[in-house]
Amino acid sequence: MTDRSAVLDHYYLDCRCMVLELAAALDRHDRAPAAPSGAQHADDRLALLHQAIQILAVPSAQPDRAARILQLLSDPVG
Amino acid sequence: MYYIQPHYHGISRTTDDYERMAQAGVVAVAEPSFWAGFDRRYPGTFIDYFRQISEFEPTRAALYGIRHFCWVAVNPKESENIALSREVMAAMPGFFDKPTVLGIGEIGLNKNTRNEMIIFQEQMEMALKHRQLVLIHTPHLRDKLKGTILTLDLLRELRADPDRVWIDHVEEHTIKPVLDAGFWAGMTLYPQTKMSPRRAADMLELYGLDRLLVNSSADWGPSSPFTLQECAAEYRQRGHSEQELLDVFHNNPARFLGQNPKFSIRPIQMAQGSIA
Repeated sequence: MTDRSAVLDHYYLDCRCMVLELAAALDRHDRAPAAPSGAQHADDRLALLHQAIQILAVPSAQPDRAARILQLLSDPVG
Repeated sequence: MYYIQPHYHGISRTTDDYERMAQAGVVAVAEPSFWAGFDRRYPGTFIDYFRQISEFEPTRAALYGIRHFCWVAVNPKESENIALSREVMAAMPGFFDKPTVLGIGEIGLNKNTRNEMIIFQEQMEMALKHRQLVLIHTPHLRDKLKGTILTLDLLRELRADPDRVWIDHVEEHTIKPVLDAGFWAGMTLYPQTKMSPRRAADMLELYGLDRLLVNSSADWGPSSPFTLQECAAEYRQRGHSEQELLDVFHNNPARFLGQNPKFSIRPIQMAQGSIA
């Protein structure tokens, strides 16, 4: 199995690019004029992205970040 | 829509590129001298490379109606070898009068070393002496910020005319000092890693169109000449006019490169009443 250093070697530049894309998209959002009042849905989505970023940032005992973010972004079950 | 591709490494690409670029509206490309993926050992290898991009590549592009121009230089990475660089530089003035050579580039820094700085300064002095346009590469990734500051310091010290210098590969953290100092700034787009078409569209909206160039590099690594069209599509989708698109992707390169009279493609103004 590929060791952790090799994983970073292989994916670092891709990850760097994805983090920059995310940062640029959030900057783009913040620069844009405010949405008309009542556009609560947009605010919900932004809050979800912020929560997802928190999942990325916090060390995890299990390598399950992708699954946790997808659960966060899923409709409630039941 | 017409495009000028101001930074394109044709020798690393197949002829299919030229055919598809022509179909996509590209009317001209400019090919800087760059690192071939390995360090060359002989001055003659560089000189043959300069012949290839100044004599052969124009014929290959012309088959598809694309005009091909080029720049000669010792690239930043190989400028680490000072003795070899100086031998190559001794031959460079012989290319300045060729009909498609636009200036000296890409020069500058790769790892911000002392040797790179020495050859960067000597090539800048040569450009000033011979009144050549200059294309400057800035380092990628973690070396970019420091390399850009060192570059601006040197240009200030040499009193280079900002109108005639294009500093390439700017990103969000380096674009402002380059533009504030009056230089032309280039954004180089890649399909993955480094600057993306969306981020470049952001920069166009934030800093305006004056002195900004967009290019897609297109070299021997993962790259695509069509990131230029992707950026144009993104910019159009955000509501910008066809005239603005022409200004960014055709007229700005025509303005900068047209300072050398060999580059005879002029900016285009859309007729009144044509598509917005």
